[in-house]
Amino acid sequence: MWQTIRDFPERLYFDYSVYIDRFVDWLSNTFEWLFDIIRDVILTMFDGVEFVLGVMPWWLYIGLLFIAGWRLYNVKTGVILSLLLFLIGVSGLWDEMIYTLAIIFISVFISFLIGLPTGILMSKSSRLESVLKPILDGMQTLPSFVYLIPALMLLGIGRVPAVFATTIYAVPPLIRLTFLGIKNVDEQVIEAGISFGSTPMQMLFKIELPQALATIAAGLNQTTMMAVAMVVIASMIGARGIGQEVLIAIRQINVGDGFVAGLAIVFVAIILDRLLQGVTARFDQTMETE
Amino acid sequence: MARDVKIDNMSVVFGTKMQRKAAIELLDEDMTADEIREETGATVAVKNLSIEIEEGELFVIVGLSGSGKSSLIRTLNLLNRPARGTITVGGQDLTELSSSGLRSYRRNDASMVFQNFALLSHRTVMQNVEYPLEVQGVAREKRRQTAQDAIDLVGLSGWENHMPNQLSGGMRQRVGLARALTNDPELLLMDEPYSALDPLIRRNMQDELLKLEDEMDRTILFITHDMNEAFRLGDRIALMKDAEIVQIGTPDEFFDKPASDYVRDFIADVDKTRILKVRSIMHRPGYVAKLGDSVKETREALKERDMDFCYVTDKNRKFQGYIRFEDLQKSRGQTINKLVNEDDTVIYRNAYLREAWHKLKEAEYDLPVVDGKGRLRGVLDYNVVVEALAD
Ligand SMILES: Nc1ncnc2c1ncn2[C@@H]1O[C@H](COP(=O)(O)OP(=O)(O)OP(=O)(O)O)[C@@H](O)[C@H]1O
Ligand SMILES: [Mg+2]
Repeated sequence: MWQTIRDFPERLYFDYSVYIDRFVDWLSNTFEWLFDIIRDVILTMFDGVEFVLGVMPWWLYIGLLFIAGWRLYNVKTGVILSLLLFLIGVSGLWDEMIYTLAIIFISVFISFLIGLPTGILMSKSSRLESVLKPILDGMQTLPSFVYLIPALMLLGIGRVPAVFATTIYAVPPLIRLTFLGIKNVDEQVIEAGISFGSTPMQMLFKIELPQALATIAAGLNQTTMMAVAMVVIASMIGARGIGQEVLIAIRQINVGDGFVAGLAIVFVAIILDRLLQGVTARFDQTMETE
Repeated sequence: MARDVKIDNMSVVFGTKMQRKAAIELLDEDMTADEIREETGATVAVKNLSIEIEEGELFVIVGLSGSGKSSLIRTLNLLNRPARGTITVGGQDLTELSSSGLRSYRRNDASMVFQNFALLSHRTVMQNVEYPLEVQGVAREKRRQTAQDAIDLVGLSGWENHMPNQLSGGMRQRVGLARALTNDPELLLMDEPYSALDPLIRRNMQDELLKLEDEMDRTILFITHDMNEAFRLGDRIALMKDAEIVQIGTPDEFFDKPASDYVRDFIADVDKTRILKVRSIMHRPGYVAKLGDSVKETREALKERDMDFCYVTDKNRKFQGYIRFEDLQKSRGQTINKLVNEDDTVIYRNAYLREAWHKLKEAEYDLPVVDGKGRLRGVLDYNVVVEALAD
């Protein structure tokens, strides 16, 4: 008796998953051409990026990284960064790393193409701002693997949906910080620009964007870090790379391999973070006032 | 060419649309800005204000914080739009400008110097100074040259490639001034440009501004909350309080006839002799002859005005000397040129009264006042100086 009151009545069950399936079917049929284009574009980008990344010998990477670390910080940082990269090679994950980097770079690049204009438009239109803000907030609270589902449904498995999911996951901070950067430009500087008769385009390109550059660079850094995090998860839909190694190790409960691969991801993250932070600090240095 | 500025019954009101509408309706009532705010919630920052500024005048607006000075000056390049009333610059009503007309006005006619400098921190000194020309699409070579001239003018040569954050406050404001001068504006708007500077640097900058002003032909509107600064700089001064003008006049008039106790308090600790400049108590010469004028014409003019001598300038208004009526009467020549008594006792118009006093004591006549280029600007009357220095 108690059971019938306690349990949720089966009569009220309603399976709406079929509708979603139908909707997605409809979507992928109607916009097949669009997804084909997306797939082609991303694959072409892969060809280019992988060619560039693949043609460089390993020691050149390490050398360049040393110089970058040295120039942006000091010799010590240069040594540490190139050592981390060397350790990835030692772990036997060099090729996987290149593959992972390709996904990250392409995702970040697309994020930039989408995020920057969106952030700019958002700072110019309070209506767009009020629409996008809750969406961006919402995206931040969603668990990352949720993004895999639409990617999987629309683009199948492999590296193309991986890029798709990574981009969607990683783009919000860039939009947000572009928006903030432009909104926070000193009011007087804006007025100076207006008072000398700048057109709106001149305001944007000669004053607002340059002034917001440090903030935008910080956004790009965050976006890159999120892309690094997402690329591991994206291996669940068939992207190869270091993430896949982690995944395999987990499935096989192979603690050692999992640890090595996990550490390699951490190294990649540290290297990219340091490089981008260094560049951002450069902007900040020349920009700071008072 | 400098431009004259006419502000007529102009008000600036801040608030929501509804609040502003309600406040505008109360503007003609006998209410203060504060009372209107209590009634409607809108801030009346400038209330029914009228000023006429002459071409080439250095006009200072002084008042306490919140009295509406910025709100007023910002209407002159329409950073603020007036709620009602008109603003006419060189005959053009600003509120009637189209958006491209306004842009061109801002590009060519009026420049602003900001209190906190408002430099573009991502650009070098040179790039900051050339910005006004860059937005006009002036070719790189040419704008570099013009900008360099402005940089030299404010004494920043050698600093062209520094970033603003590498400069001291005084130097930053020089950049701000140079930037405002590159497009050769007829109207220079300066909103508390020196308030963020140390007293010593501030004083230097004031002297430099006077020197600059002397050499160029511009109308300058200068804002400050410091009465000493106002008197040091201004040809005429308007004292603002609660969105309205309490008194308007030359520095001397302020001391002579303070309009109210408020004004008296405001000028209480200003040291007159250090502040009052020749230019603020000089008067216009009654009649000025030019080299090449005919004897007859000049004689008639002096007779008509009952003057026993007059000053003579060349055709660029450069001071040459004076000419006596009795000499004119005796003369048989055609032009006055031979009759001119050359005289080099002149007074610089930015000199303070103290300095002028000695020269004046020795002089035979009232003294001619000249600007930095030696152009005749006025006459300093012995009695007026004595009067001003008395009490
Ligand atoms: N954008 C604005 N929105 C609302 N109120 C404003 C705005 N700008 C100025 N005000 C108000 O208008 C009044 C006059 O301000 P304004 O800045 O013109 O004074 P000020 O004389 O320049 O003062 P300060 O010496 O502090 O610069 C003040 O009460 C101020 O709060
Ligand atoms: Mg102000």
